[in-house]
Amino acid sequence: MNTVVAKLQRQFQDYLVSLYQQGFLDNQFTELRKLQDEGTPDFVAEVVSLFFDDCSKLINSMSRSLERPENVDFKQVDSGVHQLKGSSSSVGARRVKNVCISFKECCDVQNREGCLRCLQQVDYEYKMLKTKLQDLFNLEQQIVQAGGAIPQVNIN
Amino acid sequence: MGMVRESQFHVLAVDDSQLDREMIERLLQKSSCQVTTVDSGSKALEFLGLRESNDPNSLETHQEVEINLIITDYCMPGMTGYDLLKKVKESAAFRSIPVVIMSSENVPARISRCLEEGAEEFFLKPVKLADVTKLKPHMMKTKLKKEGEKVAEEENATSKPEESLVVEMILPLNQELELEQQEPMLSSNKRKAMEEVISADRSRPKYNDITTSV
Repeated sequence: MNTVVAKLQRQFQDYLVSLYQQGFLDNQFTELRKLQDEGTPDFVAEVVSLFFDDCSKLINSMSRSLERPENVDFKQVDSGVHQLKGSSSSVGARRVKNVCISFKECCDVQNREGCLRCLQQVDYEYKMLKTKLQDLFNLEQQIVQAGGAIPQVNIN
Repeated sequence: MGMVRESQFHVLAVDDSQLDREMIERLLQKSSCQVTTVDSGSKALEFLGLRESNDPNSLETHQEVEINLIITDYCMPGMTGYDLLKKVKESAAFRSIPVVIMSSENVPARISRCLEEGAEEFFLKPVKLADVTKLKPHMMKTKLKKEGEKVAEEENATSKPEESLVVEMILPLNQELELEQQEPMLSSNKRKAMEEVISADRSRPKYNDITTSV
């Protein structure tokens, strides 16, 4: 039983570290994990879920604003990017946040093509992260079900 | 601090982003604060009782609700965090409540404007646990003030009320020093405002009574 838990914990730790190393997550995700405790065991999952919902909604509305070349509402797009940058920053979604930085630049110069590219990229990145974190949470669940504790992972 | 009751600090957090509201709420709870979150400046004012709403079901004036700190996002639709800060500082009833501004953007002009208007701190988002621990001294200030008043009413003069007077004086000076380090070009308005606050406290009848009887 112990070796099963130890193996899962090791898997979890390695996976989480790889997400940082590959740039999916940054230090803010570590800060987020600090806020979770026995009293709030689902905090990270809930916040992350809120973030992905935000991504979906904002990407849809920005897509509509960018749809017609002759009538782009850049103000709306800018507002969407601002919100997306804020939420991605709050949860530590590093790649998503970085795309938002480029996205804002395209928006500032009213570059519709650039915006469309960034929109596509942001969509790709958030969905990729969603899959990765789902795998991470699944590992967590397995550890808990096997009677183990979620490791505190220190990232330098 | 034997004279301060062990009750929790109550923070009013204002942010239009649900995600950020959940974050700040958890950050504050983790620091043992009681938290009320609202999604706009106008709801914050309603909660404080500064504005009567047209909705009969909304919160009425709260005189018993003691808020020890207001922490607000800067960029919000309608009333910005800066507008809210101004309204709070213009109100005789609530101007003593410390206000902290949060923003995802590092704009020096924005930061100094908020500090000049009376904000205690300006946090860059994402806010961390380490930032939230900086809030305790500001919240302690208002609690000490209130406790100091109670002690003055209940007991004969002891040295403690004077201590709270000293603490009040030191904290603003520390803030002033911190601000000087960050912003060498701090406007004289801010200093003046601080000096006025200190002298206003000094001239309150209760403190005069204590000093003369000691």
